[in-house]
Amino acid sequence: MTMLGYARADGRKGVRNYLVVAYLVECAHHVARAIATPFEADGVQLIGFPGCYPNAYAQRMMEALCTHPNVGGVLVVSLGCEQFNRPRLLEVIEASGRPCSLVGIQKTGGTRSTIAAGRAWVEDALAALRRQPRVPMGLAELVIGSECGGSDATSGLTANPAIGIASDLLVDAGGSAIFEELGELFGCEQHMAARARSPGLAEEIKLAMARATRHYAALDQSSFGGGNITGGLSTIEEKSIGAYAKSGTRPIAGLLRPGIQPPAPGLYLMDMVPDQPTKWGFANINDNATIVEMIACGAQVILFSTGRGSVVGSAIAPVIKIAANPEMYRRMAEDMDVDAGRILEQRASLPEVGAEIFQLIQAVAGGAPTKSEALGHQEFILGYKSFAPLGPSCLPV
Amino acid sequence: MSRLIRLAPEDNVAVAASTSAPAEQLLLDGLTLTSRSAIPFAHKIALVAIPADAVVIKYGVPIGRASGPIAAGEHVHVHNIRSDYVNNQVDFYDAPATAAGGEP
Repeated sequence: MTMLGYARADGRKGVRNYLVVAYLVECAHHVARAIATPFEADGVQLIGFPGCYPNAYAQRMMEALCTHPNVGGVLVVSLGCEQFNRPRLLEVIEASGRPCSLVGIQKTGGTRSTIAAGRAWVEDALAALRRQPRVPMGLAELVIGSECGGSDATSGLTANPAIGIASDLLVDAGGSAIFEELGELFGCEQHMAARARSPGLAEEIKLAMARATRHYAALDQSSFGGGNITGGLSTIEEKSIGAYAKSGTRPIAGLLRPGIQPPAPGLYLMDMVPDQPTKWGFANINDNATIVEMIACGAQVILFSTGRGSVVGSAIAPVIKIAANPEMYRRMAEDMDVDAGRILEQRASLPEVGAEIFQLIQAVAGGAPTKSEALGHQEFILGYKSFAPLGPSCLPV
Repeated sequence: MSRLIRLAPEDNVAVAASTSAPAEQLLLDGLTLTSRSAIPFAHKIALVAIPADAVVIKYGVPIGRASGPIAAGEHVHVHNIRSDYVNNQVDFYDAPATAAGGEP
């Protein structure tokens, strides 16, 4: 299967060529949405940061997302008095060679005039993006992120291990895969450490998991409850071992933080738990919060397993939804890309579904829309976090 | 007869491949086990008696601890096991025997 992508100045390739409208504070959200909405079918998407106070994590995330390989151009929408570092963001986008502009609501003269100015820029930029040619792209140029949401007891039996097989196939082909959610890996610490590329990385993984345990205990919360319980999961450990199956079996090459790209191919664990002391709320307020973090690490395609039946997609990267529960698939087929529940009903084997996911990754990377894309899903969320720098053993040299 | 799935040889619980009624004969690897309560689809059933505070093993690894004695054939869920990490399951627990296809 030949995949075609969009070549970017940093050497990466995009599987989409979206134009992103990015607001820098909630006060600019309405204007940004009004600019983007008429162009939704043309691949214009809305992202943004709601906070007014500056935050290093949010700055890094917005810089990484605005220069993501799936993004071809950026319109930044500013109110004018927010504290986001606008010059720095614009500098980073311009240095990436993408068409980029800023509209300021206070400077332009209010809501209507800013919407008009923004739409005029978007029309011109879209014409330029349409002329951009696609070039051949190999599996080694792909980064996928895997996520599970609306999990039930079938997730760890069918969809997650099938994603693990697809992850192994991609890593063996020279590509990269990211798995995440330390709060859904409780009980897997020793096994992950044993898969680490180096003893130093094994220590970093154990430290990250110890920090995650303290974080969730401090909040008296874990990534568990509601439909998980109705669906047969009894503890966070049980949910975790099922979620861990998404990582497949290959060695762990490194530990990432949101917005940090893998420096070499392989399998990576993304640590999304903020550092102590806890300054800003929950590590993962919902599935889209961690999806956007893996996208900021460079993931061009997301694999999303669900047992209860999540319908979400994402801005910037197509989301492939893998249904774990056969009964749910029959009820919600319009939202699901893969029926992994066939495994439970003995209508398909785990390796068959793993291979199907691997083929679908390539088809989607080649331009085929996922169900959530076709339905217009473009969920996006970004909040406050605080991270210390990565330790020296976290990334391969 | 409903089918059970044991994920690893050392597991002391099995997974129900379909919803079963109380006192139903369930098939596991050619052997039969009688359920003591309704077991919803994809939920767990105790294969042996599990004493209070003993670990519950699924996928060959601990997934929590018995909060009281569990008899063989009993539904194993948040009413009789707890997490060794963050035990927030009780806050969200609604109905003990809701099928996996139910709400929410």
